[in-house]
Amino acid sequence: MLQQLSWKVGGQQGEGIESTGEIFSMAMNRLGYYLYGYRHFSSRIKGGHTNNKICVRPTQVRTIPDDLDILVAFDQETIDVNYKELTEKSVVLADAKFSPVAPEDCKAPMYIVPFTEVAAELGTSLMKNMVAIGASAALLNLDKAVFQGVVDEIFGKKGQEVVEKNMQAIQQGFETMAEQLGDRLGEWEIAPADGKHRMFMIGNDAIAFGALAAGVRFMAAYPITPASEIMEYMIKKLPLFGGAVIQTEDEIAAATMAIGSNYGGVRAFTASAGPGLSLMMEAIGLSGMTEQPLVIVDTQRGGPSTGLPTKQEQSDLMQMIYGTHGEIPKVVIAPSTGEEAFYDTIQAFNIAEELQLPVIILSDLQLSLGKQTVEPFDYSKVEIRRGKLVENDEIPVAEDKSYFKRFEVTEDGISPRVLPGTEHAIHHVTGVEHDETGKPSEAATNRKAQMDKRLGKLQHINFKEPVYVNAPYEEADILFVGFNSTRGVLEELQQTFIESDIKVNHAHIRLIHPFPVEVMHSLVAKAKKVVVVENNATGQLANIIKMNVGGHDKLVSVTKYDGTPFLPLQLAKQVKELLTDGNI
Amino acid sequence: MVTFKDFRNNVKPNWCPGCGDFSVQAAIQRAAANVGIQPHDLAVISGIGCSGRISGYIHSYGFHGIHGRALPIAQGLKMANKDLHVIASGGDGDGFAIGMGHTIHSIRRNVDITYVVMDNQIYGLTKGQTSPRSAEGFKTKSTPGGAIEPSVQPLELALTSGATFVAQGFSSDIKELTAIIEAGINHKGFSFINVFSPCVTYNKVNTYDWFKEHLTKLSAVEGYDSTNREEAMKVVMETEGLVTGIIYQDENAPSYQEQVPGYAPTPLVDQNLKMSEQEFNALIQDFM
Repeated sequence: MLQQLSWKVGGQQGEGIESTGEIFSMAMNRLGYYLYGYRHFSSRIKGGHTNNKICVRPTQVRTIPDDLDILVAFDQETIDVNYKELTEKSVVLADAKFSPVAPEDCKAPMYIVPFTEVAAELGTSLMKNMVAIGASAALLNLDKAVFQGVVDEIFGKKGQEVVEKNMQAIQQGFETMAEQLGDRLGEWEIAPADGKHRMFMIGNDAIAFGALAAGVRFMAAYPITPASEIMEYMIKKLPLFGGAVIQTEDEIAAATMAIGSNYGGVRAFTASAGPGLSLMMEAIGLSGMTEQPLVIVDTQRGGPSTGLPTKQEQSDLMQMIYGTHGEIPKVVIAPSTGEEAFYDTIQAFNIAEELQLPVIILSDLQLSLGKQTVEPFDYSKVEIRRGKLVENDEIPVAEDKSYFKRFEVTEDGISPRVLPGTEHAIHHVTGVEHDETGKPSEAATNRKAQMDKRLGKLQHINFKEPVYVNAPYEEADILFVGFNSTRGVLEELQQTFIESDIKVNHAHIRLIHPFPVEVMHSLVAKAKKVVVVENNATGQLANIIKMNVGGHDKLVSVTKYDGTPFLPLQLAKQVKELLTDGNI
Repeated sequence: MVTFKDFRNNVKPNWCPGCGDFSVQAAIQRAAANVGIQPHDLAVISGIGCSGRISGYIHSYGFHGIHGRALPIAQGLKMANKDLHVIASGGDGDGFAIGMGHTIHSIRRNVDITYVVMDNQIYGLTKGQTSPRSAEGFKTKSTPGGAIEPSVQPLELALTSGATFVAQGFSSDIKELTAIIEAGINHKGFSFINVFSPCVTYNKVNTYDWFKEHLTKLSAVEGYDSTNREEAMKVVMETEGLVTGIIYQDENAPSYQEQVPGYAPTPLVDQNLKMSEQEFNALIQDFM
C-alpha cells in the first residue's frame, strides 16, 4: 500500500486535461485525502503541452514530489516530456489513439488503453478523460461510487443521461484497465484516509474568500495571469453582499479606484502580477503619502517584463518592499499555505485601516494556482479592526471653517480618520507634502514631522505570528528559510534531514516587511548555517536577511529561477552538495 | 439655505491673476449651492497641474491625487458612497494626455460623477510646453517650430465614446458655466464638461478675446436639440469645437451603478463588514 501517490495527466491544452485532474482530485478529496497540485501550462488558449500533477496522501502534503507513480497520457508529447519522472514502480497509461511509443530508457511499463475509442462508443470522444479516470481507479482499486457525487455535481445540470454516460465511461475505463492489469489490479492502492471533509482550493480562492470575509465590498482589477481568479471569485460573490467589481482599463485605474473607494470608507482592493504592480507603483506612493488604506495582491510569476507568465517565480520581493519613489511606510505580507492566504488577507485589511497605509499581499504562482487541501476556515477567527475611524458625533464643530486635522501628529503617528460625508470633518487630502489639515506645506519643520509620523506607524503593526517556525533544536546545524509556496518542500526536507541525523530548524517568513527582526535574529543565532531557499536569481530574501539580521558568514543562498518550483529530492541534493563542499 | 459662500474656504489660490481657473472654481461653488448640496456631501477629486489645485480651494471634501488619475479615484469614491456628489477635475494634460485612457473609459462606463476639464491648451505649471489641445503650429518651449500633431477634439471624442452628457463652457461666461455644471451634477450618469480656461501667462494665442471672437453659444442657435447625437456631432464639427452650452444629453440612459448586478441600493459604506456565520459556511461549502 502506498503512503503517497503521485499522479499526472497530460495532453494538449484545451482538450480537458484540467478537468480530468479536477474530477480525480475532487473524488480523492472527498475520501479525506490531502492533495497538492501543480499545473504546467502555457500562455495560449489552445494547443501546447499541458499537464496536471497531483500528490495524494493520507497526511498533510504541501509539495509536489519529484517522481511519478502514474502518468496518464493523451498524446506522445506527454510521454516524451514527462517520462523521466517515472521509476521502475511507476506506470504509464496511454491512449491507444495516438499509437504511443515508450522511449527506450523509460523505466516504467506502459499500458495502452483505448480511452478515446471507449468514449466514442459511449457517444462522444470528449468523455475520454472519464475513461482515463476509470482506468486510474483500477490501479488504485477505487470503487467507482467514489466518483458519483463529483459527476453529479459537474454534469448534473446537463441532465441525468449525461451523468449516467459519464459514470459508464468511468466503469468501462475501470473494466478495460482491470483486464490488462490482471493481478496487478489495485497495486497502487493508497493507505486509507481519515474520511474527513476538508476544503480543496487554489490560493487565489483563499485570498478572495479572505477579502470577502474581511468585509471587502468593492474591487477594481485588470485581468492577468496568475491573479485573475481572485477577480473572478469576487465577481461571482460580491453581488450577494451588495458589492461590485469594476474591470478597469488598466492597473493604474485599478489601484487608484481602490484608493478612491477606501477613501470613501469601503474596504476595496485590487489583485495583479508583476507587470501590473509595476504600473501601480505611483498609486502605492499616493496611498502611503495620503494615508489612505490600500490592499494589493501581487501573485508573482516569472519576470522580468512579460517574462514567464505561467511559471513559478518569487522575484518581486524587492520591488514590493522598496517600490515607489520617495519613502513611505508599507507592509508586505507573504502567506505560504491556503490557510495563511485566508487569515493573512483578513489581517492585511485590518492593518491597512489601522495604520492607514498600503499593504501588499505577496503570493506566487504555485500558491495562487496550485490546488491544495485546506482545513475549513474558522468563522470565530474572523476579526475586523478598523483603527482610528472617527464618527461625526465625536468631532467638535469647527469654527471659521478650519479644517479637521486628518493628519494630526499623534504619539503613535496614527491620525484620526474620517470619511467624506462626515459633517464636521471637512479636510483636504493631497499627495503633495501637507500639514495636519491636509493643506500643502513646504515648511521644513512640518515636512520632517509628517515624514516621521508616517514612517513611524510601522512600529505599531499588529500582525499575528509573523514567522511560521518549526524549530525543534536549540543548536541547529541548519536553519531553512523561505517564503510563500516553498513551505511544503522545506517541511519535507526538514523531516528527511532530521531522519538522517542533521539538526534542522525551519522558518517561513509570513510578514516580510516590516521584517520580523527579533524572531529571525534568535533563529539565525541558533543555527550553524542559514540556508535561504527562493525562486529567484539574485537571492533577494537572503539579502533582506543580511540587511536586517546579519549572519553573512553563515548564510547560504539556494536559488532556482527556471520557472519550476523546487522539488524535494532535487533540493535535498542541491543542499547536500553545498554541505559536502565544506559549507557547513 | 446653502449659498456659494459656504463653499469658500480660507485658502488663497496660487493661480496667476486673471487665470481662467478662478471662474471655474466660482462656477462649481455656485452650481453646488444651486443644487442644494451641503459642503460635506461634496467631494472634489483633482489631478496634477495648476488646475489640480482646485480641490484645495473649495470648502468641501477634496482629494488632490496623482497626474491623470482623478477619474478612477472619483469613480472608486462614488462606488463606495453613492450619496456623495463627486466632481472630478483637472487640466487638458491631465485628461487628454496622461489620463486619456481613463477619460474615454470613464465616459463609456457612465458612473454618476461630473468631470470638469480646465482646458487652456498649454502646460502651465511646467512653464509652457505643448498640450494635446494645442493647435497645429502652436509654438511652445517643447515645439519651437510649432506643434506638429493635430489637437485632440474633446467633444467629438466624448460623443463617439458613448457619452450621456457632453457640454462645453468658457471661463468668461460664468453664468452659462454655472448652469452647465449644475445640469452636469443633476445628470444621472457621467457628465463630461470641457471648459475653455485661458492661461494668461503662457498662452498668448487662445486668449479671452480670442475665445470671445471665435465661440458660438448654443443658446443662440435656434431650435438646437441637445438630445440628438447626430445634430450634436454636426454642430461640433461645424464650429470646429468652438461652441459652448449643453451639446448632448441622454437623460434616459441608465448609469453604471444602476446596471451592476446585485449592487446595494444603499451606500456600500453603510454596510456591515462582517458576514453572518451562515453566509460564511455557505462559502465554505463551495470548496468541499
